[in-house]
Amino acid sequence: MRRNDKIVLLGEDVGVNGGVFRATEGLYKEFGSNRVIDTPLAESGIVGISIGMALYGLKPVPEIQFLDFIYPAFDQIQSELAKFRYRSGGQYTVPVVIRTPYGGGIRGSHYHSQSTEAFFVHTPGLKVVIPATPYDTKGLLTSALRDPDPVMFLEPKKIYRTVRGEVPDEDYTIPIGKANIAREGEDVTVFAYGAMFHVAMEAAELAASKGINVEIVDIRTLMPFDIETVMSSVKKTGRVVIVHEACKTCGFGAEIAAQIAERALLQLEAPIIRVAGFDVPFPYVLEDEYLPNANRVLSAIEKVHNF
Amino acid sequence: MQVIKPTGEYVEEIEPDISKDELRKLYKLMVLLRNLDIRGLQLQRQGRIGFFIGSLGQEACQIGSAYALKPEDWIFPAYREIGVALLRGITLKQVMNQYFANAEDLEKGRQLTNLYGARSVNFVTGSAPIATQLPHAVGAALAAKIRGDPIVTLVYFGEGATSENDFHAGMNFAGVFKTPTIFFCQNNHWAISVPVEKQTGAETIAIKAKAYGFEGVRVDGNDILAVYRTTKQAVEKARNGGGPTLIEAVTYRMGPHSSSDDPKRYIAEQELEEWQKRDPITRFRRYLEKKRIWSESDEKKTQEGTNQEIDEAIAYAEKVPRPALETLFTDVYAEMPWHLEEQLRELQQEKGREE
Repeated sequence: MRRNDKIVLLGEDVGVNGGVFRATEGLYKEFGSNRVIDTPLAESGIVGISIGMALYGLKPVPEIQFLDFIYPAFDQIQSELAKFRYRSGGQYTVPVVIRTPYGGGIRGSHYHSQSTEAFFVHTPGLKVVIPATPYDTKGLLTSALRDPDPVMFLEPKKIYRTVRGEVPDEDYTIPIGKANIAREGEDVTVFAYGAMFHVAMEAAELAASKGINVEIVDIRTLMPFDIETVMSSVKKTGRVVIVHEACKTCGFGAEIAAQIAERALLQLEAPIIRVAGFDVPFPYVLEDEYLPNANRVLSAIEKVHNF
Repeated sequence: MQVIKPTGEYVEEIEPDISKDELRKLYKLMVLLRNLDIRGLQLQRQGRIGFFIGSLGQEACQIGSAYALKPEDWIFPAYREIGVALLRGITLKQVMNQYFANAEDLEKGRQLTNLYGARSVNFVTGSAPIATQLPHAVGAALAAKIRGDPIVTLVYFGEGATSENDFHAGMNFAGVFKTPTIFFCQNNHWAISVPVEKQTGAETIAIKAKAYGFEGVRVDGNDILAVYRTTKQAVEKARNGGGPTLIEAVTYRMGPHSSSDDPKRYIAEQELEEWQKRDPITRFRRYLEKKRIWSESDEKKTQEGTNQEIDEAIAYAEKVPRPALETLFTDVYAEMPWHLEEQLRELQQEKGREE
């Protein structure tokens, strides 16, 4: 924000309060009410106003307090944000970055826990980014702020407080569209993103103790996703597990599995297994049973390994 | 608020100061728009264009309101405001390229007829979902306010749109942030087949502004001078930091909603006849004749001239080829990602096999 005076933050509680997850802490004090704007409680208004600001040439970064509350803005995102460049023949662009906490693990029940990233991946015109570590969050957010297209920036809320990592002060970026091979291995590939990346890493340690060498790929960008890294890992291991906390049916795992099947069926040594949230509304007291954990991922790893 | 009576009589004290040449220009534009609407629907019926949506009866609303703006002000249309684009300098040829959705269309043939946008004249590309453009107009106005630019934004919508969430969102944000935004509601009485009485229990649309903390005014939407005068006041107020205004222009949709419906199914003939007596073009013509700046020969020349211009534009646009195949995939993102490149290649190969 110091570097680019066109960046404007807006949303519910992002100003004086610094955001309910403290993501915008201190910014109101430094940049004032013209650049860090507390808005009325209205998601379609927040996104719609951001689109207008972007049309005018600013770089708005709206925050939707929880992904679960984004639906009043769905029309603005689907019908307007995603389509402006296309429908105007490239005359208008709306490079808005929508930040929103998503996912479970905080005992939030249905309305503070869901992972509906697939809706946005299914909308041509949007980019969808999900960081898993503090370092990646800064690098990817910086890239999103410099990107010419609208970006859905989904922040896994469980790791706001449970994962620590070094974040350099200096400017750096992590390119949108590049996955990260976070752990190299030869036996099985696990694809994961967001909070599930950490679950996958834990499962990989458990598998290592049983002699299975797991490769972990953090997808990081769901749209457009890094097909090259995905396919080269598949070709290396021939055995694939995909982990996400979103519902299994039509989740992003289905897309990865289909792409692999279209391109490398004969290189597979075992069926692809998805470890995902169940096809139910997000639960409250049975949350731990709903969310994939290291043991469930380990079972899947063993299954594809021993196939 | 009315300046010209249906008879052409006018109230001199509130008559706006517009030169004779300008008045004649505005009238000609209204006639052009009317003839364009008639031809547009014909083109659709003849199967030469895919769809049509017009503004029959709403010419005074459009031309009168847009005339009150400066070129640097931004306009957010709904989908009947092609007359505003013409007023701002978009040519008939450009309009017809959009109707035929051809390779020279600014939108590259991607939108239904009259869902138009032209960045060069600050006329922002519209869409079909109702009322979504209201928050955009407020956002652009807020951005201008933050940047210290003395511009206003004007957004068009119908009375049906006032039932939508984004009417509330847009009005509410405008009230809170006191943005220089003009909400211009063309109350044409019908949202496809649903009459205004079924959109709201409120006495008028204009009174809704009060709940958002700003002024709402009602104007005779078939009186171009009243529309101009009312909009001009709202624009000046907004430009001077006085915040938003809601204008309810009371008018009537004298044609179908679009080429896809038949108003005979739901509008009584008598009602339409009543409104035809208040036709905005006839009324303005009577005014010009009373002021002795319009004659029978002017009328004949204008009718023939506009129709000829339209014919020429049609003849041109119809010959321009369809947009190139790759435009199916461009402008989704600034740069084409791998999966779209792949899909484009697949389609090109498939096309190659067909040929």
